[in-house]
Amino acid sequence: MKMTKTLLATTALTVAGGAVAAQDMVDSMTLVSWGGAYQASQVSAYTDPYVEMHPEVSITWDESSPEAVAKLRAMAEANNITWDLVDVTAADAMRLCDEGLAMEVDHDEILAPAPDGTEASDDFGDMIVSDCFIPQIAYSITNAYRTDVEEWNGETPSDICALFDTEKFPGTRTLERRPINNMEWALICDGVPFEEVYDTLETEEGQDQALAKLDTIRDQTIWWTSAAESIQALADGEAVIGSSYNGRFFSAIAEQDQPLEMLWDAQVYDIDGWVIPEGLPEDRLNRVLDFLYFATDTQRLADQAKYISYGPARQSSAPLVSTHAELGIEMAPHMPTNPENSANSFVQNYEWWADYRDDIDAKFQSWLAQ
Amino acid sequence: MTTSDVVITETRTMPYGFTCGVVGAAGAFFGLFVGTAQGSGLAGIVIGALICAGLAYAAMAYMGTAQERTFKWGVLALFALAGLLIGWLPGLVVGTLFGWFLGWFIYWIGRCRYRAKLPPYLTGGQVLWHYAFRMICGAIFVFLITPILVVMPLSFNAENFFTFTPEMLAFDPAGYSLKHYRDFFQSSEWQQALKNSLIIAPIATLLAVTFGTLAAIGLSQPHVPGRQVIMAILISPMIVPLIISAAGMYFFYSRVGLQGTYLGVILAHAALGIPFVIITVTATLVGFDRSLTRAAANMGANPVTTFFRVQMPLILPGVISGGLFAFITSFDEVVIVLFVGSANQQTLPWQMFTGLREQISPTILAVATILVGISIALLSTVEVLRRRNERMRGMSPG
Repeated sequence: MKMTKTLLATTALTVAGGAVAAQDMVDSMTLVSWGGAYQASQVSAYTDPYVEMHPEVSITWDESSPEAVAKLRAMAEANNITWDLVDVTAADAMRLCDEGLAMEVDHDEILAPAPDGTEASDDFGDMIVSDCFIPQIAYSITNAYRTDVEEWNGETPSDICALFDTEKFPGTRTLERRPINNMEWALICDGVPFEEVYDTLETEEGQDQALAKLDTIRDQTIWWTSAAESIQALADGEAVIGSSYNGRFFSAIAEQDQPLEMLWDAQVYDIDGWVIPEGLPEDRLNRVLDFLYFATDTQRLADQAKYISYGPARQSSAPLVSTHAELGIEMAPHMPTNPENSANSFVQNYEWWADYRDDIDAKFQSWLAQ
Repeated sequence: MTTSDVVITETRTMPYGFTCGVVGAAGAFFGLFVGTAQGSGLAGIVIGALICAGLAYAAMAYMGTAQERTFKWGVLALFALAGLLIGWLPGLVVGTLFGWFLGWFIYWIGRCRYRAKLPPYLTGGQVLWHYAFRMICGAIFVFLITPILVVMPLSFNAENFFTFTPEMLAFDPAGYSLKHYRDFFQSSEWQQALKNSLIIAPIATLLAVTFGTLAAIGLSQPHVPGRQVIMAILISPMIVPLIISAAGMYFFYSRVGLQGTYLGVILAHAALGIPFVIITVTATLVGFDRSLTRAAANMGANPVTTFFRVQMPLILPGVISGGLFAFITSFDEVVIVLFVGSANQQTLPWQMFTGLREQISPTILAVATILVGISIALLSTVEVLRRRNERMRGMSPG
């Protein structure tokens, strides 16, 4: 009953074109995100303009996305939902949706259509990986290397396998302290074609093969848990090549002038977006939906790309992506979706990881501890 | 000669072989570092040993104590110049320091001054142990304090990473900047966090001190039934792992509507601080003479007056140090506030925690430096007050 009412209300809202309808809405919202340059881009592109339109609204940011799943579980158990809108990765959104902790939404109902009238669900396309998930950006986990390594004698890495080539590219590596992406890259560099990676990883031998490949660099690798660590290690010169999020690399290279160069080969895409916690009271839900309608429209998503090099999730936003807000450089060449960068990109299989994650995580961690 | 006050053991000139050997070994040790930095550790050891042993011989054989001052300045100038040539400004600093040390060390060893303050009957081994013990203590001290000291120069970094840039190492002013301090004072997030910490910590401390002192006084009365059990319960927040208290408080507070409020965080921190106050106050109460309260009652003072005019001044040191611990607990606490607070109650440690995880920015180091400064100021104040208190008590006994 409550749901239908909300949906009816939001439909009315959609028809009114985002104008504030005379209905119950709270004036404060707690948004959860990842902090850093990414959250700053959301503030500039979404909340600042929104607050300008609705000066009565106050917005609180909570930088708790890394533990969003655990915290939402605790909130649901305590029946005390303090968050209004949560920024999570696609995989987390699927988990939250499965557990009933995130609200299922009808994308066409609550989100703005593209300027040419295309329905939201078509505009986002297959970025909508879950019924609870409202995509914002496409990013990638990729690699970068230092450009001033003397031992490399002028050679520069051109493909992902430079990670494992300690003869041509000696030095410390930095990789994420979890199997996702690392196992895939290891297999790819052990001669497994892209399309067979997950079939191989499914078998015990395949997992051992990946770990054996990783064994060759294990002692020369700094394993990071937060993306900031890997940038720190690379900027400091502790590591010479390693993985992180492409937006972090962009910030280090373009904004901080660090001697790094991107290695886009075999980059792995991921998607990030909003979920609405299940069980919000109606007045809070109304405010969230009003904000979401605004913050995920074509222009807002394109605006975010002025501040960080993550690709907008809407197809209709792509042509609007312009230059960096402060540096004035073209952003398109820095997007993971740029054709030159995505030429040899690897598509991660979410469902596969959802099934195998626990097993392989355990195996990977015990391998690390050996 | 030296300006030292008492000389227990007469100094004398040691055999040249001993002096040159010891000073040469020290030279080899330092030469290892300089040599490694310049490319060859082995050459560094040999050259360092030869130079230092040679200087020691020259000082003892030709200069003597008469020209000690000239010799020391000469060595200092020599090493300062060498440092300048090898490593420019940083080299100058290191060279000057080493030159000063070497001049002093040669005479300290060569004239047997290391025995000056020790009784004459000590054996060589005992003298060696005397200084080795001090070296070990110093090494432990350095081990404990270095991480804090490293943070300080890094917080003046002109870059956004935890990196000693070449400019910084060359003492180039361009390598240093106050931008991270500016960032701290201008960012609304950090200022909000600071404000929250400054609201929460003092109120939590006040509550902890009040309740903790009352509890300690009550529990020190012999006639209270179940004292041990009550004490154990009150102390438990200190023993139970924080995460368990935090999770428990989270669910309880959620139910009663305290979760995500200032009051909730303050109460939680007060509960954490109470054990510290109880323990320190109970300890001071052991030395408190109960006949004083009876004497006060005898003279017509009611219990409240007795408490404030007789008991309180005497147990004040315990109350203050307990309060200090309670304050620091609340000011440093991150686990409980992550659960019990919401983003509106974000405190400094919370902000540092997320900052460290999501963006390793030297702003955290700037904040850490400021906090270390505050801690030092706070502890020094308490120490000064304590000494003043002791002095005053010493002057007016009773």
